[in-house]
Amino acid sequence: MTGRPPAPGRKLRRVRFASNAGFWLLAIPLALFIAFIVYLSGYLFRNGVSVLSWTFLTQAPAEGMTAGGIWPCIVGTVLVTFVSLVFSVPIGVFSAIYLAEYAPNNLLTRAIRSSVRSLAGVPSIVYGLFGVALFVSAMKLGLSILASGLTLGLMNLPWIIATAEEAISAIPGSFREGALALGATKWEAIRHNVLPYAFPGILTGILLALARTLGETAPILFTGVTYYTKQLPTSLSSKFMALPYHLFTLATQHDRILEVRPLAFGTAIVLLVFVLLFDAVAFVFRLRSAGSNKWQV
Amino acid sequence: MPASNKPAEVSGTPPQGRTGTGQPRLRLRKLTDKSAGVLFWVNSLLSAVILLGILAFLLYYGVRTFRETPVVGFLFGTKWNPDAYGEPSYGIIPLLVGSFLTTLIALLIAVPAGIAGAIVISERLKGWVRVTVKTMVELFAGFPSVVLGFFGLVVLAPLIARVFHVPSGLNLLNAGVLLGLMSLPTIISVTDDALRVVPHSYREAAYALGATPWTTAFRIVLPAARSGILAAVMLGFGRAVGETMVVLMVAGNAAIIPHSLFDPIRTITSTIAIELGESAFGSTHFYALFALGFVLFLIALGTNLVAESLIRREKRSFTL
Repeated sequence: MTGRPPAPGRKLRRVRFASNAGFWLLAIPLALFIAFIVYLSGYLFRNGVSVLSWTFLTQAPAEGMTAGGIWPCIVGTVLVTFVSLVFSVPIGVFSAIYLAEYAPNNLLTRAIRSSVRSLAGVPSIVYGLFGVALFVSAMKLGLSILASGLTLGLMNLPWIIATAEEAISAIPGSFREGALALGATKWEAIRHNVLPYAFPGILTGILLALARTLGETAPILFTGVTYYTKQLPTSLSSKFMALPYHLFTLATQHDRILEVRPLAFGTAIVLLVFVLLFDAVAFVFRLRSAGSNKWQV
Repeated sequence: MPASNKPAEVSGTPPQGRTGTGQPRLRLRKLTDKSAGVLFWVNSLLSAVILLGILAFLLYYGVRTFRETPVVGFLFGTKWNPDAYGEPSYGIIPLLVGSFLTTLIALLIAVPAGIAGAIVISERLKGWVRVTVKTMVELFAGFPSVVLGFFGLVVLAPLIARVFHVPSGLNLLNAGVLLGLMSLPTIISVTDDALRVVPHSYREAAYALGATPWTTAFRIVLPAARSGILAAVMLGFGRAVGETMVVLMVAGNAAIIPHSLFDPIRTITSTIAIELGESAFGSTHFYALFALGFVLFLIALGTNLVAESLIRREKRSFTL
């Protein structure tokens, strides 16, 4: 203490303190944002949990949607999401394999990559318009689960391509070279030495896309979702009810809005729980495969 | 899927069998290999086809608007009133103003907050705190927009009405704030990526000269990452301008040019969402909504392409 020259030490400490204090100030908006996310989730749960019950989940809306449950909405949402993934997962994964493994560095490849990124930035309502023009009208699918599912599939395709390509590219080249050196064809090398290891990453991307698709409203708005149907969908050409649209109608369109508010809260948390559930599973998969760098020696 | 799921294992083939069966099998394997490559190629082309398809359909339907209403009236008209009896007007200006004002407010909130947050995440946070914060931000990015719109309706709207003593909280301010929250995750994660692309040697050089982490972040890392950060702002803009459900639920939806933060407002997206259901298929009104969609598409596409080239430029600036 006594032998130490005081002046530079104090100055250094002051400079360091200023730097740290600056970062703490910078962290305030981030902290507020995180707090908001927690508050929002908590608020919805607190208000919605009272209407949650087995009957709410398993029954159809009744008495002009002022009573009953949301079962048809759950069914509809699950069906359209499933249709969308049936469309987008094979195409998306195949595209990703091409982009990661085959694509030469030329103009066409750049155009494809650019298209994928542009598609990811196209507003969801524009997908809705396109779905109306292409699926509902030109392909004559009508207002249906199929038309909505395909519209959603177009929308989540670029998400799936992006994450799958990243997962495949993360596999080191030596994996392929080992197989190729033993006489495997390119496809055999990919099939046996790349895809199995990229699988967790690809699955993460699919689950995240699934979660996001569950909550999308704008693309299905004019392609098949409906306010209320008496019976559950019987085929892919039926109209359907969906959780996000149900929440929208309960929140803004119903003629007894305040009376149905508890039901709206219930719908909101069921939707949110669905989304968060798939997100959580995806994150667990990602953490477990966080070993994309476990191969980098 | 290509036919063969179990390609021949070269190592498993007994040596003496090779001359007899090797050739046709090899040919099959080569064929499988070829067709797999073609299959993947065709699928990847589909993205470009879809993008062109969207463009083509929007254009094909959109231009039909102008059989009954002039292009100039559409682009510069200050009144959007397709339902007016006798003389409907299709002026896009109030809707464009609505979209840009909500997005402007969103960016005024999200850009400073997002960049600050990204600096903290990239330069200060480590270990589980970093993972937790990034996970939370990413989770929020996945929140259904209709849920956020619902929150705006039941919490934010009454709050705004009470605090500012205005009759309705469904207005420009409400929509702007919610869109700001929605574009925060985009801005945070793209900025974070941009900051992390800056090589570590830059920071180390600054530290070696005696710079504090603060000085390093603001004088070295931020300027080096500026094009990536600009890309983050662009992508945040794209996210906000294309959002439908939130503005549909909380913006009040009056197609007027607003005079204050507390006026209701109507965006391009919510106009399409409100009116597509009520316009007759094949009417001028119906086509006009596709023309709106086309304008929106061009805005989103332009934003994206600029952002993409900015990100490429940043990455290129660090490769020797």
